Amino acid sequence: MDDTTRYQRLLERYRNGDIDRRGFLTLLGAAGLSAGLVGGPMAALSRRARAATPDQVRFDGWGGIVSEAFREYAFQPYTAKTGIEVVDGTFGGADEYLARVRASQPGEFNVAHLSGVFDYARYHNLDLSTTLNEDNIPNLKLVITALMDAFRPLTGGTLSAVPYDYGTTGIAYNRKHVSDDEAKELGAKLLLKPEFKGKVGGWGEWKTRIWYAALQTGQDPNGIEDMDAVWDTLREHRDLLLKYWTSGAELMSLLAEEEIYVTEAWSGRVKALQDQGHDIGYLDPPGGLAWQECLFVIKGSPMAACEELLNFMLEPEVSIAVAEGQNYPPALDPTKVDLGEEVPVLPSFDPTGTLDSLNFFDPVYWNSHEAEWSKTFGRVQKGY
Amino acid sequence: MAASKPKDERFDRRPWLLLSPALASVLLLLVIPTVFIVVYSFWLRTAVGSEQVGFYLDNWQEVLTDGFYHDILFQTLRIAALSTLVCALVGYIPAYFIAYTSTRHKALLLLLLMLPFWVSYIIRTMSWINILGVSGAVNSTLMALGIISEPIQMLYNEATVILGLVHFLLPFMILNIYVSLDGIDRSLTDAARSLGCTGWQAFREVTLPLSVPGLAAGGLLCFVLGAGTYITPMVLGGPRNAMFANLVYEAIVTQLNWPLGSALSLLLLALLGTLVMVYSRFLGIDQIAKSFR
Repeated sequence: MDDTTRYQRLLERYRNGDIDRRGFLTLLGAAGLSAGLVGGPMAALSRRARAATPDQVRFDGWGGIVSEAFREYAFQPYTAKTGIEVVDGTFGGADEYLARVRASQPGEFNVAHLSGVFDYARYHNLDLSTTLNEDNIPNLKLVITALMDAFRPLTGGTLSAVPYDYGTTGIAYNRKHVSDDEAKELGAKLLLKPEFKGKVGGWGEWKTRIWYAALQTGQDPNGIEDMDAVWDTLREHRDLLLKYWTSGAELMSLLAEEEIYVTEAWSGRVKALQDQGHDIGYLDPPGGLAWQECLFVIKGSPMAACEELLNFMLEPEVSIAVAEGQNYPPALDPTKVDLGEEVPVLPSFDPTGTLDSLNFFDPVYWNSHEAEWSKTFGRVQKGY
Repeated sequence: MAASKPKDERFDRRPWLLLSPALASVLLLLVIPTVFIVVYSFWLRTAVGSEQVGFYLDNWQEVLTDGFYHDILFQTLRIAALSTLVCALVGYIPAYFIAYTSTRHKALLLLLLMLPFWVSYIIRTMSWINILGVSGAVNSTLMALGIISEPIQMLYNEATVILGLVHFLLPFMILNIYVSLDGIDRSLTDAARSLGCTGWQAFREVTLPLSVPGLAAGGLLCFVLGAGTYITPMVLGGPRNAMFANLVYEAIVTQLNWPLGSALSLLLLALLGTLVMVYSRFLGIDQIAKSFR
């Protein structure tokens, strides 16, 4: 029996209820492990990836618990089914990854777990996008329409990525020092409380910091009118700051070790800390920032293999398992797919499937200011 | 018919053939990439992040006239100089000990000196978080002993950046001083002592001056490496402790402004290159090479 038949029978047993989800994933994981993980020089990888029937596809993600979830629940079963190995790499930030992609040969990087519509637009503007054949990804019909609609206008109605999950960047606080009521009362201004000088953290990313500074100055982040007030508020925040963190791992370390008491934070990372027993609260303040993540196929990649990988990753069983692993709700529409019991209680989950209650970056607005604002933020960040 | 050249006047290709792998490596890995960076520095970044090819002086004008870059450059040189000074003060004693010890295990001591290089620089830098952090070893010990009641905030400032740099650079300094001390003729200090010098005077008048080339070589190496780092301020520094290499990183990685990043990196390269040339002119660059023989 070949791997494909074995996988299909396994999936059928699972869908019939003959085995539970844990058993299904264990068996898939074992099948993936049996396929083996074979490394290889990156140059050879690039060459193979461009081949019509590649034996490897490169996937890059955020690392940590997110990559662990992908490895365990998606890549190993995919390899078991197709025989195509997924070589997974990680990056610390979207900017750093884009710099690596730009310096690479076409085909060297294939699928990336990118942030939000903003990155989608950037990659397209840099001529790094592709056109997915949506017929090859039947599971797209299960995805929240609003998430796909955010991408389509940027690439002429087609897609270069499939939405995969969404979350929020809210405010995390140490409950030993901040009560839930105080957090709710102060909202975004909790990050500017002078009593916390030296115990405040901030993500060293210009968009998020400017978004929160806009909220702190009472402005609409997608239509800022008084930029001087925003820069002043960013300076005020900087002067209270212990450190700008640069990765999810660093965020978790700073909060867990109580180096900082309040910071902006990613909802899934805070949930992971809470699950570990840390008394960390999380708040999405009014006007707080939501984002979606997508699986973006980069120009020069083997499209059929990538589309099959995307379709596989959107299988409800896989998608839900990854969501539970990384603590972010999947892009699957809860009105079309039964998401089980754990997903609906994840932070920022929207049961309506419309996402109307969440606020996202307007990609056109933010892209038009990127050059100027990212540069100025770099200076403010360093004390200017 | 022209007479053939005498054998000893013919062009001998053998040295060039032997040198060719090294020359090819330098050409491919150093010269050509540097030329690319020079070319990039005259391009411009467009609004979407791609490059506008051409010959523009905008990046150079910005880098050379903007006070922001000058301030960070000055801060970088100051931090590198302070780190080098601490390395020299702290490193001289172990170097002296290794050079003058009569133990049979000198080789083991030198091996121990190289031991930190077996661990990743980033891991070594991050280890300070577990030592000096709020929940780190120092605070935990002090609190357990009842010396403090609240943890002391020790991380994420200029002092921890210098500490991280010293941790990284110290072996380079010790090695250079050791080589210099090891080459000093011991009979010179014996002569000084026999002429009535105390031990301290013999050290001050004979050993220390003769070890200056090693100190200078170690100083140059530490300064250049320290001034070019960006990991240490990123991991151990606070908002105001950025160094020049962080600007290069940001320009290229965060802002996708490769042309500006190229101009910034060339400015740092020119500055540190000038320093190396001045050193070479007065002290000779071969002193550094001795440490690695």
